[in-house]
Amino acid sequence: MPAIVSISHLSKVYADGHQALKDINLDIHAGEILALLGPNGAGKTTLISSICGIVNATAGSVTVDGNDIVTAYRATRSMIGLVPQELTLGAFESVWDTVCFSRGLFGKKPDPVYLQQLLKDLSLWDKKDSEIMALSGGMKRRVLIAKALSHEPSILFLDEPTAGVDVELRKDMWAIVRRLQQSGVTIILTTHYIEEAEAIADRVGVINKGELLLVEERQALMQKLGKRQMVIELEQTIDTIPDSLASWSLELSAGRHQLTYTYDSRNPDTNIAELLRAVDKAGLLLKDVNTSQSSLEDIFISLVKT
Amino acid sequence: MIINTYAVRVIYKYEMLRAWDTILQSFASPVISTVLYFVVFGSAIGSRIETVEGVDYGAFIVPGLMMLALLTQSVSNASFGIYFPRFTGTIYEVLSAPISFFEIMLGYVGAAATKSFIIGIIILITAGFFVDLKIAHPLWMMTFLVLTCISFSLLGFIIGLWADNFEKLQLIPMLIITPLVFLGGSFYTIDMLPAAWQTVSLFNPVVYLISGFRWSFFEVSDVSIELSLLMILLFLGICLSIVWWMFKTGYRLKQ
Repeated sequence: MPAIVSISHLSKVYADGHQALKDINLDIHAGEILALLGPNGAGKTTLISSICGIVNATAGSVTVDGNDIVTAYRATRSMIGLVPQELTLGAFESVWDTVCFSRGLFGKKPDPVYLQQLLKDLSLWDKKDSEIMALSGGMKRRVLIAKALSHEPSILFLDEPTAGVDVELRKDMWAIVRRLQQSGVTIILTTHYIEEAEAIADRVGVINKGELLLVEERQALMQKLGKRQMVIELEQTIDTIPDSLASWSLELSAGRHQLTYTYDSRNPDTNIAELLRAVDKAGLLLKDVNTSQSSLEDIFISLVKT
Repeated sequence: MIINTYAVRVIYKYEMLRAWDTILQSFASPVISTVLYFVVFGSAIGSRIETVEGVDYGAFIVPGLMMLALLTQSVSNASFGIYFPRFTGTIYEVLSAPISFFEIMLGYVGAAATKSFIIGIIILITAGFFVDLKIAHPLWMMTFLVLTCISFSLLGFIIGLWADNFEKLQLIPMLIITPLVFLGGSFYTIDMLPAAWQTVSLFNPVVYLISGFRWSFFEVSDVSIELSLLMILLFLGICLSIVWWMFKTGYRLKQ
């Protein structure tokens, strides 16, 4: 896939000396959902803000569809929609007025038909005349998305789109994001919810202390770095692991009735069948066997701790 | 796109609607204040002062009163217009839009200047009910009116960008603009002051505004009309340069 956003050696040092971004290099592919994962203060918002023109980068460059974000800012910003992390909205204007304002701000002539469909898609149409201050937090979040999409951008930045929203609304947001991707919009979202990246991202970037630690296809990342575990539940409790199983590096659970085998999913020869035969030979009776893949969360924690 | 006219229009419209939503505060309040000035200075005190430079005192103070309202309203409208989105965080949208500093300024300052202009005209009409008013040079009057609205709206815009709390937003209008207008000859000609204070007054830029504006009404002035025009154009140029620098460097806007 071609890169629609190209970030080259981007750095940002704030006036107080804090280095928020350290030599970031990243290509964002057209049509993908890229999740930037990182703890609070990792530099996710600074990265987005630099691309959108809200923060001046200290060094490096960014191009959007081949145009430099500084010298050709009109072309690049016209292509970008931004949903900020905070619910930054006016209080007294109506939903309709605020999306009309956003569309005009981005240089697009009024298009009531498009905006009507947009509000309907985001379940906001029946609230179009409501004052923003009268809306719930979830509705305000939708209004921010509507504002960001009002000028028909081809790239959408979502900064922590589901921060502080309930599970139902979160899943609703994910559905909106997937629909947008299907309509051809490239989506970059920041999050510190692992499950969010796991659920909707095509690629995952992990950022910590201003450094982009890695960017991988989600599935490939989990295959590459993921560990699998097999838990063997026994009919009986045992005091120690039999000597004949010593070479497998098994762990005995606190309840003394489960053996855990950790193996590398990248290794094609997992020796699981051999292990199960060895367990049988050792005279242990199997009750159940479960396997599980390490989650993105486990991968993330192992990366940011190094 | 060469100029993002849609963006200028929506900012302008948004700011004008804000004034319409608070019509009492935006338009009625300055008119009531001016009427009170007419009652106190024009009728109560003015009845004991017959004429100044051959002009009836009630009429003489009209240009000064208009300037007082124009300057304070221009500064307050423009400063609040840009400070409020900074305060609420909604400025992110303007900063991330394909819009130049000139277009942002055009939208906000244009709206603030328009509001001040409307207030000026309302005060002028109101004054007509109290005094017999003749305008000797209507074109010059309009020129000074427009230039004052624009340049002081620019000053307000600068204050709105500079202020990082509501106290600072009020500080300059309260501590600088109001005293300069009162001491700038709103209610007197500077030759009525002692010689030393006349010299001090010449360092007050508002003297030139009021003088030029008053000349357009009564052909009475403290300084020449050319000097008045030059001073206001100079002030306009300085304000434009400061705004340009603020946007170029992202001062108080971009981190």
